[in-house]
Amino acid sequence: MPAERRLIFQHIDEVGYTNDIDCYLRYGGYQTLKKAVAQSPEDLREEVKKSGLRGRGGAGFPCGVKWSLVDRKSGKPIYLIVNADESEPGTFKDRYIIHQDPHQLIEGIMISCFANGVKQAYIYIRGEFPKGAQILERAIAEARAKNFVGANILGSDYSCEIYVHRGAGAYICGEETGLIESLEGKRANPRIKPPYFPAVLGLYQCPTIVNNVETMCQVRHVIDMGGEAFSKTGTPGNTGTRIFCVSGQVKRPGYYEFECGKITMGELLYDVCGGPLDGRQFKAVIPGGSSAKVLRFGERFKGKRKLGADMVDYDWGVEDVPMDFDSLAAIGSMGGSGGVIVMDDSVSMVEALANINAFYSHESCGQCTPCREGSLWMKKISSRMVHGAARAEDAALLKSVADQIPGRTICAFGEGCSWPTQSFLIKFKDEFETYYEAKQSRAPEALQLV
Amino acid sequence: MSQTAPSPDLVTVNIDGQEIAVPKGTNVIEAARKLAVDIPHYCYHEKLSVAGNCRMCLIEMGMPAVDPATKAPIIDEATGKQKVNWIPKPVIGCGTNVSPGMHIRTTTPMVKDARESVMEFLLINHPLDCPICDQAGECKLQEQATGYGRGYSRYIEPKNVKPKRTVLGPRVTLDDERCILCSRCIRFSREIAKDDVLGFTERGSYSTLTCFPGRELANNYSLNTVDICPVGALTSTDFRFKMRVWFLKQTNSICTESSVGANTVVWSREGTIYRITPRQNDAVNDTWMTDSGRMLYKEVQAENRLTRPLVRGVAVTADAALDAATELLRSAQPGTVAIVGSGRSSVEEQFLTRKLAEALGDKVGAPVSVVSRVGEGDGLLLSADRNPNLRGALITGLIEALPPTYAPLAALAAAIEAGEVKTVISVGEDLAEAGLSAEQLAKVSVIYLSTHANATSQAAAVVLPTLTVFEKSGSFVNQQFRIQKFAQAVPGPAGAADDLATLSALIAIAGGGRGGPVSDRNAVPNGRVETLWKALAAEVPAFANVTYQEIPDDGLLLDATPYASLPFVEGETLHHKPTTPISPLNERATTSTAA
Amino acid sequence: MNLKPETLQRIDEVITHYPVKRSATLPLLHLIQEDVGYLPEGTAEWVAAKLEIEPINVHGVITFYPMFRQKPIGRRHIRVCRTLSCALTGGYKVCDTLKEEFNAELGEVSPDGEVTIEFVECLASCGSGPVAMVDDELHERLTPEKARELAAQIRAESAIRASAAAASA
Repeated sequence: MPAERRLIFQHIDEVGYTNDIDCYLRYGGYQTLKKAVAQSPEDLREEVKKSGLRGRGGAGFPCGVKWSLVDRKSGKPIYLIVNADESEPGTFKDRYIIHQDPHQLIEGIMISCFANGVKQAYIYIRGEFPKGAQILERAIAEARAKNFVGANILGSDYSCEIYVHRGAGAYICGEETGLIESLEGKRANPRIKPPYFPAVLGLYQCPTIVNNVETMCQVRHVIDMGGEAFSKTGTPGNTGTRIFCVSGQVKRPGYYEFECGKITMGELLYDVCGGPLDGRQFKAVIPGGSSAKVLRFGERFKGKRKLGADMVDYDWGVEDVPMDFDSLAAIGSMGGSGGVIVMDDSVSMVEALANINAFYSHESCGQCTPCREGSLWMKKISSRMVHGAARAEDAALLKSVADQIPGRTICAFGEGCSWPTQSFLIKFKDEFETYYEAKQSRAPEALQLV
Repeated sequence: MSQTAPSPDLVTVNIDGQEIAVPKGTNVIEAARKLAVDIPHYCYHEKLSVAGNCRMCLIEMGMPAVDPATKAPIIDEATGKQKVNWIPKPVIGCGTNVSPGMHIRTTTPMVKDARESVMEFLLINHPLDCPICDQAGECKLQEQATGYGRGYSRYIEPKNVKPKRTVLGPRVTLDDERCILCSRCIRFSREIAKDDVLGFTERGSYSTLTCFPGRELANNYSLNTVDICPVGALTSTDFRFKMRVWFLKQTNSICTESSVGANTVVWSREGTIYRITPRQNDAVNDTWMTDSGRMLYKEVQAENRLTRPLVRGVAVTADAALDAATELLRSAQPGTVAIVGSGRSSVEEQFLTRKLAEALGDKVGAPVSVVSRVGEGDGLLLSADRNPNLRGALITGLIEALPPTYAPLAALAAAIEAGEVKTVISVGEDLAEAGLSAEQLAKVSVIYLSTHANATSQAAAVVLPTLTVFEKSGSFVNQQFRIQKFAQAVPGPAGAADDLATLSALIAIAGGGRGGPVSDRNAVPNGRVETLWKALAAEVPAFANVTYQEIPDDGLLLDATPYASLPFVEGETLHHKPTTPISPLNERATTSTAA
Repeated sequence: MNLKPETLQRIDEVITHYPVKRSATLPLLHLIQEDVGYLPEGTAEWVAAKLEIEPINVHGVITFYPMFRQKPIGRRHIRVCRTLSCALTGGYKVCDTLKEEFNAELGEVSPDGEVTIEFVECLASCGSGPVAMVDDELHERLTPEKARELAAQIRAESAIRASAAAASA
């Protein structure tokens, strides 16, 4: 069994480790920031580029490239927003970082701000973390008192302020332009791109960097280790560590940090998480948050994939798939946010999809037609199948509705809300077509999902 | 590069195989429109910011392929032309600005499928109440359903329930179930009317258009939201359930509310007007007009409409009334007749009014006053000068200087008091309202050409009923010195005669002495504007090369330089910046007469 | 709006965090809700005036974000997670149990005024599901039995508060 390699979660749940600055300093905290401000911002950005660090928010976009797209010639201020609104069902890593190790995040933010000439940063934290917001505010105050945040940090001529901004229960704020709208005090309707690419026309129409919490923490380790050294962790193209959040029907759900690509799905679920509950068998797994396409145990994936610069053949069962961005993309799903949701043979896939569809229809901002109408339609169909009359033709209808959404919406929520239905209907089509029969024999005490 | 840019400000793009050069910054919908390629859309409106939310205008877009290293074009060997890299996903036409060499496809299966999908999504929660919907016949959803509708519904779930028949304001009614959430009305209110009261509440498919509770959509531009609503969600409370739009005849007209001269369409059926809507003129009113201007048609069937000629308050035939006028004018001492002309009269009427003044005078012509109307401009489409055609009066030579903005008939009143004026011909102006006292009116014999009864018609010796702007044709010159034509939408009431005919008759009566175009009082047939334009072109320098027929639908800009130093009262409005200092009199712009 | 002096002070402070006042819309709504318990009538106008925007802009925001509420809730606020991971580990039963315990309808104040129970989307603690928040406190790995204990605890705390209040009165 591969061993965990904890960079970000090094001290999570460690006995005696507390979230105050004294503890953080005892463990060598803010040394990396000191090291950073002694370098030039350009060099720091180059280190991040060299590290191959990919954003941990879902899309896996290279962080160094994201930073290089920022318009530095506009003369307008550059803002940095930390997306701590992580709301992808199945993902819960931010909770631990924010509640137990807030200074690691703040150090990562300050390094990133310094590297990008940012004078003002906001942490947009999801509304469901009221304590997390308090902890962050206290931590920022502590860091300010020690001159790690605020005016002339560490005696330099560089100043940067961080503010905590609370969301209020809208998943769409995880979309970076929706988040920006929300931070501007508006309904979180994502913006059309073009022209509103955050790197050019972001917060207050100024160049803006939006990075995930885990990414910010990774930056601290990139600078700590050096880009070159960091790039050697993980696998080529999938560098660093990845935090997997495992939930659902598995013996030992929870968080686990591994080097990217150094663990397979089978190792994660059987060896690390203890396998299925007693008397059950794994049926399906969603590998990267609930919008990622579902994998069916027993299916096989064959093809060629990119490994660094090379193309290599693969022939995998679900258990064999390495848990990295590129491998999961190669088999038609995604690493996404690292949220692994496990379903065993006791679960009706129709009901599981109805649960997911209820989530996405509730969270659609409603701005653009395909997502607004499609997500609710899918929810209505799947809920009716469970609670009303299910028809054999609903399977084809659901799939068809889902197919009409992705690629046609303002933001990636269109994909996010349709991929579950598309993949469930492809991989468990029979279960949907015969659900009206299966319902007849459904035990009244069976697990309710919707 | 396969394209050759004809000018640095033009960009050549290829749409469905046809090349066209369009100005930089043009979006794909507008570029396609120039090639008569229709890209259906709901949320996009050329005069509003781009929202990109309806997704109906999805098209395929590609860019010429270049070698990433050398930037050299990559040539397709089969065709010998530069390859095009097509983007795998469709993009929105409204939010995509042209760039050199851009390729657009609007007829591919991907585009058709995208449009059909959007149509189906828009219809699943939309009530199918077209039979009772006011928008039927001019509904974009209905129109596109013909091209992209499925023809049957796959939707068996309950439709969303939302508020119906919401009174948004004094003139607009909202049906939220019909709303497709395009946000045009919200953007209009925020961006054009500057009255940010509309917005969405809730979210997702349950999003609901609303006016802030306790506030009203009451601004003077509220009905524009009805015009731009692509569906039947926002309806005009005035027009609601009155008439099917396909029964209505459309006539181009000009709003007479102020010197802006908003271009309009008058919608009528069988002699009755049902509504007025704006007509696009990008140099004047864009696609907008005021609510107040839309209500002016109500004057056509107003209770005080004059439909019979009167002599001393007694209804008579038109001939008898003209006989009475003849007697008055022939018995008048030379030099004792004065004329009150109007900035509301058409160019043609003002020209004949001038002719009448010349015919009445001995050597210098009868004195002419024109009534000014000054109100507060709103900076958009209501200007401070509430006369639609004051510039016409200058150009036609009816007046040489601007009328005083305060007490416009003071000079006339003084002349009456002094006994110098004994007879007054008023061409459409209510003299009492314009400042003549009852005593002053009693001292003169008034020949009054008017559409409506009022204090002046009661005091007048002879009343000659005339037509409203909707019942006749002609032209106005707006604040920009743009001459714009209006056409007769409905016939006038029996008993009212065209102003031009009546003015011609009066000129004949006055003797036609000096240069009158007619000598027979029946010489000008009703409403024949064209016949007058020969004389106008011959006698009015500004019209030397103009024929009525050739004035375009969006008007013709005249040379304003002869009037550049006049202190016009207008401030800035949508497409008008005053070039002369605003009249200091406007500072105390107490409206001498209500507009 | 009858806000505590410290709330007004925090409102003025938080506005300074942003170069554009409107950005303080969500923070102000949070602060008012924490003070009053919900967003009373007049909130949108008050916030709009404070931030120099139009009330409809605030109204649209209040109704967009589910955490803002326009009516009072019970003494305690229970939010049970409904989303997949928690549902897979028994979230629906936990929610039903709590509803039974307090005889409450979702989103409504229970008849005894004790709680308002909401069945909300993902609380981001999927690995320890099913979870529920009681006010700001997270409760993990709930079962129907634990839910009943939680209900008993809530009632016990309420009784202590009530007797303390009676004693001081």
